[in-house]
Amino acid sequence: MGASQSVRTEHEFQDVADRTGFSLEQIGNLNKRFRQLSKNEETLSRQDLASISALDNNPLRAQIINAFFDKRNLRENEAGTVQVIGFEEFLMVMSHFRPAAMHITEEEREKLRREKLRFVFNMHDTDSDGTITLEEYRRAVEELLSKAGTIGQETAKAIADAAMLEVASTTRGKMEPDEFYEGITFENFLQILKTFDIETRMHIRFLNMDTATMRCGK
Amino acid sequence: MSVRVALHSPTGSRSFLERGLLLLVMLIFLEGTVLTLGAASSPDISAQDNTGGGHDRRDDHRGIAGSHEHTNYTYTKKAFPVLSLDYHHIQVPFEISLWVLLASLMKLGFHLIPRLSSIVPESCLLIVVGLLVGGLIKLAGEEVPPVLDSNLFFLCLLPPIILDAGYFLPIRPFMENIGTILMFAVVGTLWNAFFVGGLLYAVCQIEGTYLSQVELLPCLLFGSIISAVDPVAVLAVFEEIHINELLHILVFGESLLNDAVTVVLYHLFEEYSGAGEVTPTDVILGVICFLIVSLGGIAVGAIYGILAAFTSRFTSHTRVIEPLFVFVYSYMAYLSAEMFHLSGIMALIACGAVMRPYVEANISHKSHTTVKYFLKMWSSVSETLIFIFLGVATVAGPHAWNWTFVSVTVILCLVSRVIGVVGLTFIINKFRIVKLTTKDQFIVAYGGLRGAIAFSLGYLLDKDLFPMRTMFLTAIITEIFFTVFVQGMTIKPLVDLLAVKKKQEAKRSINEEIHTQFLDHLLTGIEDICGHYGHHHWKDKLNRFNKKYIKKCLIAGERYKEPQLIAFYHKMEFKQAIELVESGGGVKLPSAMPSQVSMQNIQPKKLPPAVAERALPQFTKGREEEIRKILRSNLQKTRQRLRSYNRHTLVADPFEDGWNDFLLKKQRMIELEKKMTEMSNYLTVPAAPPDSPTMCRARLASGDDFKAEKAGAKVIPDPNAFYNIKASSDGVPTIQVDLASPQSPDSVNMLNEFSKRGATDQGLGQREGATRDEDQGLMMKLSSAGKEEKEEGGNKNPGLMRCLSDPGPSNEDEEDEPFLP
Repeated sequence: MGASQSVRTEHEFQDVADRTGFSLEQIGNLNKRFRQLSKNEETLSRQDLASISALDNNPLRAQIINAFFDKRNLRENEAGTVQVIGFEEFLMVMSHFRPAAMHITEEEREKLRREKLRFVFNMHDTDSDGTITLEEYRRAVEELLSKAGTIGQETAKAIADAAMLEVASTTRGKMEPDEFYEGITFENFLQILKTFDIETRMHIRFLNMDTATMRCGK
Repeated sequence: MSVRVALHSPTGSRSFLERGLLLLVMLIFLEGTVLTLGAASSPDISAQDNTGGGHDRRDDHRGIAGSHEHTNYTYTKKAFPVLSLDYHHIQVPFEISLWVLLASLMKLGFHLIPRLSSIVPESCLLIVVGLLVGGLIKLAGEEVPPVLDSNLFFLCLLPPIILDAGYFLPIRPFMENIGTILMFAVVGTLWNAFFVGGLLYAVCQIEGTYLSQVELLPCLLFGSIISAVDPVAVLAVFEEIHINELLHILVFGESLLNDAVTVVLYHLFEEYSGAGEVTPTDVILGVICFLIVSLGGIAVGAIYGILAAFTSRFTSHTRVIEPLFVFVYSYMAYLSAEMFHLSGIMALIACGAVMRPYVEANISHKSHTTVKYFLKMWSSVSETLIFIFLGVATVAGPHAWNWTFVSVTVILCLVSRVIGVVGLTFIINKFRIVKLTTKDQFIVAYGGLRGAIAFSLGYLLDKDLFPMRTMFLTAIITEIFFTVFVQGMTIKPLVDLLAVKKKQEAKRSINEEIHTQFLDHLLTGIEDICGHYGHHHWKDKLNRFNKKYIKKCLIAGERYKEPQLIAFYHKMEFKQAIELVESGGGVKLPSAMPSQVSMQNIQPKKLPPAVAERALPQFTKGREEEIRKILRSNLQKTRQRLRSYNRHTLVADPFEDGWNDFLLKKQRMIELEKKMTEMSNYLTVPAAPPDSPTMCRARLASGDDFKAEKAGAKVIPDPNAFYNIKASSDGVPTIQVDLASPQSPDSVNMLNEFSKRGATDQGLGQREGATRDEDQGLMMKLSSAGKEEKEEGGNKNPGLMRCLSDPGPSNEDEEDEPFLP
């Protein structure tokens, strides 16, 4: 990287830092990784992510890679996928995995919670129609158990069915005979994972974390 | 904590003998050995066991044994005694039983008075009971027995509690917070010990306190005894306040892991308080000693844990003694660690935590329940006895009350705890992602209760080396009473007042389990993309290693392949099936069922027949499948029971419940039979292929199309206990269960059922495209069914097979390639 470029990126970084909540140091680290993955290109493609060998054993490999190219995770109110992402988009996705700040109000916590759950929801909702249908849920569970061999595939469906019924019974309570549960909406999703403290669980440790700059929101 | 010092009891030699016997009998009791009391009282055995007691004890024993013989000789010429009283012969076991009975009755009593137990923690009430009992003994003019003897405490009362804690230790939160826990346990305890000990010494030097004879090292020794948070007291209080998991594991984990620090400090100071000076070399040796004591304890525990897991691999034919291995190996781990003066508590924790996942996969469901109940029973009796004994010991012990010393101790303990927690949290929070809030810090500091371990350690002190032992004991008791009574009683209102987050009472749902696993993999993936290896990455590595090698060695059969999610699902399924049987095997669903929806829709009571038929499509595939399984497993189990009853064997069948139970279940089966008749329509027909996503989706999404799908089969209740659910059309699964059949539970009938379903599936698979939008009743016409039947039979749904039989892994042999293309 030349000197002029680093000045430019630094300015850019500040801008991104304000929006994603990462510290400059973290952004610097992530940028290094981004360059490494994209082989010094401006953009990152699916192949670049797929070439990470550590991901090979991850049953969710395809879903994770898809999440990076999902427009819903990049901008609000847009659906569909993109072919390549820039560094800023990469950070946007990564920002879903920032830990919560120390002192946050209840509203902020709730917002953070919704954000993180939305990310997971979007991973399940592959056709972006706002509901996780049984088929989508089954596929998700199947992927999850894809490393478990034949037993996994056999049971995955049963598990997804049981889980779906659980959602239906918790969210609808009693259903009329001619009523049908068409799929998990995001509200249902929030409800069913009410006791699942995702805001304190869905995060990773980014290097050189500066706790002071971490705020809720993008 | 280990018992290393020979006892120097203030009481006479008679109590030595008593204690020796008491100990021995308790040991036997704990080991589960069936030795007769006659053998127990033989002088040889007791002499072997009471090695610490010294010569006088053995001599006493011999003396009494000798006098017995002597008496026998003189009375030989008299008439044969028809009835004689020999209380002494049974005294020790009898008194032990009395104590245990008292403890159990007290425990029972408190729960009969709900209002009392909601205000005062049980531990406080038990101490009060102990005080009363001690007072009564004293009033009766008897000498109060030295009940809270260190040997008894460390060898008999403490291990069950710790094993219970270790075996059921929530590994996940424990490992996630291990850094914080270790910080509190090691650095926090060190800080407390030196702060309390040092300042106490300073206070003692003030003129006018009459304490100037107290030296620095005894003060530090006292500080190290008093500074450790006690697992028994913490468990007793925290179990009642239902605090959230994080805080619970922080305080409780600390109380478990500070054992090594306390052991080392205790011995270091005890060693040198006689010698005088402590050199820097001793400090270094102390640090090395700490590492050896803690890591050695963990290593010993882990070795025994692996041995236990390995042993349980081969117990599938002797199910009755399975639970024993868990207890004996753990106790051996504790004793072995004590033998080398390592941390016994850490050994027990490590042993329990290491063996649990493998043992649970190997042993039968009933054995697992046995383990659970025995551990809970032992630990709760031990806990009750410990608190009662604390009360009795308070009455018994000689006291030396010194206002300054006692009050300074109490204040210093509080102050050092608060400073320690706040200071350490300040450092820890820099590294933690989920920060500890001020409230959390307060609860951690306030939850630092002291208990019987401190008392027993104080009791161990040598009276000649420590002339102020009595004063120490009094101060320790006061501090215990202060923490247990004042802090223990106020912590609950304070938790409410501060609105500290409580524990989630709800059961873990399958959705949560899915997302726990999902999140694990997701975070590992994101870490990999970020390119640095955080703890998710290493955890993933470890899990894979565990799955690939360790599980293969330690878990019998094919079960080691099973991922956690599937294991969870099977467990849940199994529990539901059992609950359904217990509740009478009927229509009523237990609350744990995740799917009330479809059940409610098909309940005939609420809906007139016409509506009920309309509701049929609603009755989703999964649900239907579930009921089938449950009903089938009911039949299955009854048959097993019948079989094993005829054989009069217990070992062969862990489900054997005795004759009465059998009658009861039979009655239930009759009820079930009725219900089945009622429900037959819904149960037999839709014959849904278990693995067709199309079907299922269609059912969930567009059930209206299913009206055509009607009941085609009926249950014919047969008076000869012969269940025959016949299908009126081809391709509909048949359940044929002969209750009296001596055949193996999973044989022909089940396979028949599976094969037919498999055929159904195949049939559907072929016309999947065609049926998508059509009336799904199509699946009833199965033209291609018969052909594949033989090929596909037996390889369907291995999980279900396990679910129906004993969870032992033996019937996994039929797993083959997946059936669907």
